[in-house]
Amino acid sequence: MADWFADNGLLLGLALLDGLAYAALVFMVAVGLNLVFGVLRILNVAHGSFFAIGGYTAASIGAFVMARGLPEWLALPVLVLAAVVVGGIAGPLIERFILRRIYAEEPVLQLLVTFALFMILEDVQKLIWGVQPVHHDAAMRLLGTVDVPFGHDSIPFTAYQLYVLPGVALFTLVGLAWFLRRTLTGRVIVAVTTDREAATAMGIDAKKVFLLTFTFGAALAALGGALSSPTAALVPGVGAGTMVLSFAVVATAGLGQIEGAAIAALMIGLGRSIAVYFLPEAEVLVPYIIMVGVLLVRPNGLFGVVETRRI
Amino acid sequence: MIAKHEAVLAALLVAAVLAAAAVSPWLIFILTIATAKGIAVLGILLLLRAGQVSFGHALFVAFSAYTVAFLAPVLNDVALLLPLGALAAMALGLVVGAFVVRYREIFFGMLNLALSMVFYSLLEKLYTITHGTDGIRVSLPRFFGMALERHAYEWAVLVTALVLAVACAVFARIYLASPMGQGLSAIKTREARLEFMGVSARLVLLSAYVISALMAGMAGAIIAMTSRHVTPHLGYWTASGELVFIAILGGAGGVIGPFLGAIAFELVRVYAAASFADAWQLILGTTLLLVIMFARGGLWGLVLKLTGRRA
Repeated sequence: MADWFADNGLLLGLALLDGLAYAALVFMVAVGLNLVFGVLRILNVAHGSFFAIGGYTAASIGAFVMARGLPEWLALPVLVLAAVVVGGIAGPLIERFILRRIYAEEPVLQLLVTFALFMILEDVQKLIWGVQPVHHDAAMRLLGTVDVPFGHDSIPFTAYQLYVLPGVALFTLVGLAWFLRRTLTGRVIVAVTTDREAATAMGIDAKKVFLLTFTFGAALAALGGALSSPTAALVPGVGAGTMVLSFAVVATAGLGQIEGAAIAALMIGLGRSIAVYFLPEAEVLVPYIIMVGVLLVRPNGLFGVVETRRI
Repeated sequence: MIAKHEAVLAALLVAAVLAAAAVSPWLIFILTIATAKGIAVLGILLLLRAGQVSFGHALFVAFSAYTVAFLAPVLNDVALLLPLGALAAMALGLVVGAFVVRYREIFFGMLNLALSMVFYSLLEKLYTITHGTDGIRVSLPRFFGMALERHAYEWAVLVTALVLAVACAVFARIYLASPMGQGLSAIKTREARLEFMGVSARLVLLSAYVISALMAGMAGAIIAMTSRHVTPHLGYWTASGELVFIAILGGAGGVIGPFLGAIAFELVRVYAAASFADAWQLILGTTLLLVIMFARGGLWGLVLKLTGRRA
């Protein structure tokens, strides 16, 4: 064991750092998916597309800022701007004109409508940004690297992945929990999640809550995509992959759980990056193995609550 | 009365497919693939009857296709490859089914998706066995002991596919009318009442699941023997989504719907991909949205409307 650490300790450290950064991104997407499902009761298959479009938009705005010779520090706010733009435009449009028509439908049809949206958005990306990889890493280069002490050695790691990604994820987690529990709008959202009919009867405008939640969820996914854009090139298909992964996180955590999603994202993020360094063939398998393992023992996810059965 | 009507239409459809294939031989390929997908969609239809949608049936298509590709060098005959591929998929369906029938609706759909993604990643990553994304070529098999030249072989596979399609459609009709099939509708409306009557909902769903896996397996074997090149993409989750898409496009009412849907889907896809390489998903996605919002009965519903009957 001691020998193993001597040989592989640094690699393990790198895997942990990588996994933490990756978990932060996955959490951003999964928590949005979870929030939207909790309120609208629709599992949005196109959620991963917001991630991809957020990333592409961030890269485009970033490239524009660079080309204009604007100050370099703008690279960071640009990421947030991209998320606001994508969430603010796509969210209301899709909720108002498509989802609002299908709230009363069977879950199967709702799932298919979002699948149709996914197909459409997939090609919209190709039409706007082409099929070549898009990469813009100004934000990551801006912050440089840090030497992370690890045992007797140290691991050079980008400050962006070390501080910004987990920082934003933590801020989202705490902010969201505070928002949902302490503000009026947040409590209205929780009320609609818990019992839509009772909430509507109390005078809550459920339509407004749906619109707000969907837009917010889309913006969170877009922010995840924007934050990921400096760390990896964007290619067609990234939305599809993200969607499946964030579902794995949501299913592991249990539908409707926010803190749970953070823990599941950590499990899956760390599991995946450890696999990347020590068993590369299993990289893609790890998230699903974790998910299936959890669901076999706890069919509603780690923190899921059993719903009362309607008879 | 409806059954008679359906039989006439089925005969017309088979005749139309054969005529189209005779007039323009390049259609043989598309029509064989469409017929194969129609068979797989028939299986999806059985699950839809229970209100469950699987976003992972491409797993069985791909599993059977790869079984054919692996066995082709040793057992190079359609008469052996087709049943072996289909039975392999059926056996896998029994194992996977035993796990997923414990879940309903979104969890059912997405767990299927996750499991199919596990298989997809295995196909992609285990390069030494599966040749990764390059896929495996299948040499021209014999047809019931006869070594046919290419054109005759393509005709033989098309006719085989049509015979299987008719057999599966008849079987689906009988199955849905049987008590077992009626149990499926009960799962959709009130599962608890089914259980109160002493019928195991899980067993009812499992029977439909295994049959649907068998049908997807037939489709996969035919596709492998037609395109004679199998790639992991056969098992990607979007391929599963296509099957559900075709089911809705065709209309969930009759057993002819899947085949109408599959032919329409493949033709649109081929033409759209030829004219707008990066926008065919956009076209298909928009079609799906329009069908769900404005033509709920699908193509089969339109046929019924035109011939003055109600589903």
